[in-house]
Amino acid sequence: MIVEMGHFALILASVVAVVQMVVPMVGAQKGWRGWMAVAEPAASAQFLLTGAAFAALTYAFVTSDFSLRLVVLNSHTDKPMLYKISGVWGNHEGSMLLWVWILTLFGACAAWFGGGLPPSLRARVLSVQSAIAVAFFAFILFTSNPFLRLEVPPMNGQDLNPLLQDPGLAFHPPFLYLGYVGLSMSFSFAVAALIEGRVDAAWARWVRPWTLAAWLFLTVGIALGSWWAYYELGWGGFWFWDPVENASFMPWLIAAALLHSAIVVEKREALKAWTILLAILAFGFSLIGTFIVRSGVLTSVHAFANDPERGVFILIILGVFMGGALTLYAARAGIMEAKGVFSVVSRESALVANNVLLAVSAMVVFVGTVWPLVAELFFDRKLSVGPPFFDAAFTPFMVALAAILPVGALMPWKRARLGRVMQPLWGVLALAVAAGALTWALQTGRSALAPVGMVLVVWLVGGAMAELWHRSGRNDFSEKIRRLMRMPRADWGKAVAHSGLGVTIFGIAALTAWQQEDIRVAQLGETFAVGAYEITLNDVARERGPNFFTIKADMSVVRNGREVARLFPEKRTYPVAQMPTTEAAIDNGVFRDVYLVIGDPQADGRWSARTYIKPFANWIWAGCIIMALGGCLSLSDRRYRVAAGARRAPAGAVPAQ
Amino acid sequence: MTGVWRKVRNECAPYIAAMLIAFAGPAFAVQPDEVLDDPVLEERARDLSKGLRCLVCRNESIDESNADLARDLRLLVRERLVAGDSDDEVIAFVVDRYGEYVLLKPTATGSNLVLWVAGPAMLVLSLGIAAVYLRRRSRAPAPDRGLSAEEQARLKRILEE
Repeated sequence: MIVEMGHFALILASVVAVVQMVVPMVGAQKGWRGWMAVAEPAASAQFLLTGAAFAALTYAFVTSDFSLRLVVLNSHTDKPMLYKISGVWGNHEGSMLLWVWILTLFGACAAWFGGGLPPSLRARVLSVQSAIAVAFFAFILFTSNPFLRLEVPPMNGQDLNPLLQDPGLAFHPPFLYLGYVGLSMSFSFAVAALIEGRVDAAWARWVRPWTLAAWLFLTVGIALGSWWAYYELGWGGFWFWDPVENASFMPWLIAAALLHSAIVVEKREALKAWTILLAILAFGFSLIGTFIVRSGVLTSVHAFANDPERGVFILIILGVFMGGALTLYAARAGIMEAKGVFSVVSRESALVANNVLLAVSAMVVFVGTVWPLVAELFFDRKLSVGPPFFDAAFTPFMVALAAILPVGALMPWKRARLGRVMQPLWGVLALAVAAGALTWALQTGRSALAPVGMVLVVWLVGGAMAELWHRSGRNDFSEKIRRLMRMPRADWGKAVAHSGLGVTIFGIAALTAWQQEDIRVAQLGETFAVGAYEITLNDVARERGPNFFTIKADMSVVRNGREVARLFPEKRTYPVAQMPTTEAAIDNGVFRDVYLVIGDPQADGRWSARTYIKPFANWIWAGCIIMALGGCLSLSDRRYRVAAGARRAPAGAVPAQ
Repeated sequence: MTGVWRKVRNECAPYIAAMLIAFAGPAFAVQPDEVLDDPVLEERARDLSKGLRCLVCRNESIDESNADLARDLRLLVRERLVAGDSDDEVIAFVVDRYGEYVLLKPTATGSNLVLWVAGPAMLVLSLGIAAVYLRRRSRAPAPDRGLSAEEQARLKRILEE
């Protein structure tokens, strides 16, 4: 019964979406205020109805209702509760429902907090947002309905893919979707602005928080996915340049570019047409990402749920929205003339350079991702494009970006003199080069990777600190501190996010350059040395968990005669899904992870075991968290809470009509 | 279009099957019994393995893969190295037998040049466009404020928040 109500709520939501797509847009064109006002209650209704549908599906998973096809395919009564719930979005149908629910959430937020927007712009934004929702409601109802029943329900389900039964991955999709779908908001704003025919500082100030929120969620989502791969796949890889990973990385890069170009629109009323184009492309890449994941067209280790027929549907959605938006862009972008005038050396130019590097690097990832398909279709060459290509083709852009970042961040608007900008930075630069040289001298191998990473982290973190210090003015110490404390949170957010980038770059460089690995067959009680550590295989036991069997090793890690950690790597077998997983045991540290994996028993009773020493591994994700924190700080800046402010507008102020 | 999709689907099925087989295989990639005694040769073998694709897997190198076929390839690479082949000879040997599909880093030949040149070309192009834009902006006359009085008022209210 509850499931049927959920199904019904979903259909109702799609009808509301159609109304919200048509009525406010007509109202905005004709200037009928009543019709425009339909958008807000409709957006709330859509959100609540889709939420009800999602709740009904969750209920079916929690109660293990095996009359539902989806539950049978993805759940099992023995599965822990957390994974029964995460199982709702651990499959195609459920994840699309979550996707569209988040889409309606963003629409509802625009309705709830959009008081400060001009009514016609708000009506158009909500209408465009709803058009996207209509397409995805249709997609769900016609090709991937989660509420299909089975005539003969089986006794039990087929269980969720064991690799997905993991806390890191349970929360990875919701964050990623909040990011993907958050970019729909920027898209709706861009298209609405094109229809309105105007883009101004207020528009940019509106788009930025949405983009920032989306970017922040994408950052966390990507970091969670990478962290999961690190500890779950059993060899500590954290990024594979897999099509599915690229699918989330391309919108991240474009969103980062959009964040920066929107600042130029906001402060200087320039780069308008480019910003609109980025907003369209950012969501376009989100849709491409959805297409890649959902269609499985580019084979990859991650596409657990794929179906080409559905791929065609998403491709049509992609074509309609991108084709429509870009046509509109071609027709209208010319009207948006720039106002700001600035010299070639200026903050504006630095942000243009930032945009060039981010956008081109996103295109490099895109070309690399689709190249196997292009080569096969047009050149009849069956080939692969893997990590070695991306490492070579993508990395230089990030190094260049990091190299110009602190300089650009310190540039004043309109006109700058490079000599003066560099003044507070010379010390940081010297320190960075010295740290890099020291790293080069100390390391045993002669790879430039780690020294470059070291230079960049010192340059970025030091540069961010120098910037804050510089901005606190020529005052005595206590006055400087006071000014630092009073500085707008957006300035702090900028410094923190830029430092986070440096930390991540260093983590990647150090881990890649300095990782140590040991593969061997060990006897019970045997001790072996890896790097500075002595590892002992104490015992191996067979145990059983709620829905799996496990081989669990007991290993101690000793350094300088002192036990640093006692670790229990496992090798699990999930009988229902008939899949084994490796559960690596990791001793996390600030400077290194000790990463142990237990393997198969050998014929002579010994066990194969793998040990990794992974220096600075956690810096990779710590940097992502720092970047996200920077985003949160910026987002909490009162200057960007236009909406909250607009609500508190003085009662006497009648909206200008 | 349907032809493409059928092709894609037909090709996906074996991959999924292969993936399941791969996961059902031994726990991890390089097995202790594969490791060569000579550490220099072994390191070369590992480096080469990282650039070769496991044919039955989805986007994994033979160094990472658990599949039996990847193991065979790893052993083959080591065999050639022990026989005295140079790195290039080993790669050529493998490509001869399995096609360029095994290379994770595509060669910069023929149509692949597009792939390799795409990044630098786009960079040069966009820097060129940016330079033209910046020159024009730096020479543009100062604009008049294009907002009407009431728009100014609303903008002011918003910005004051």
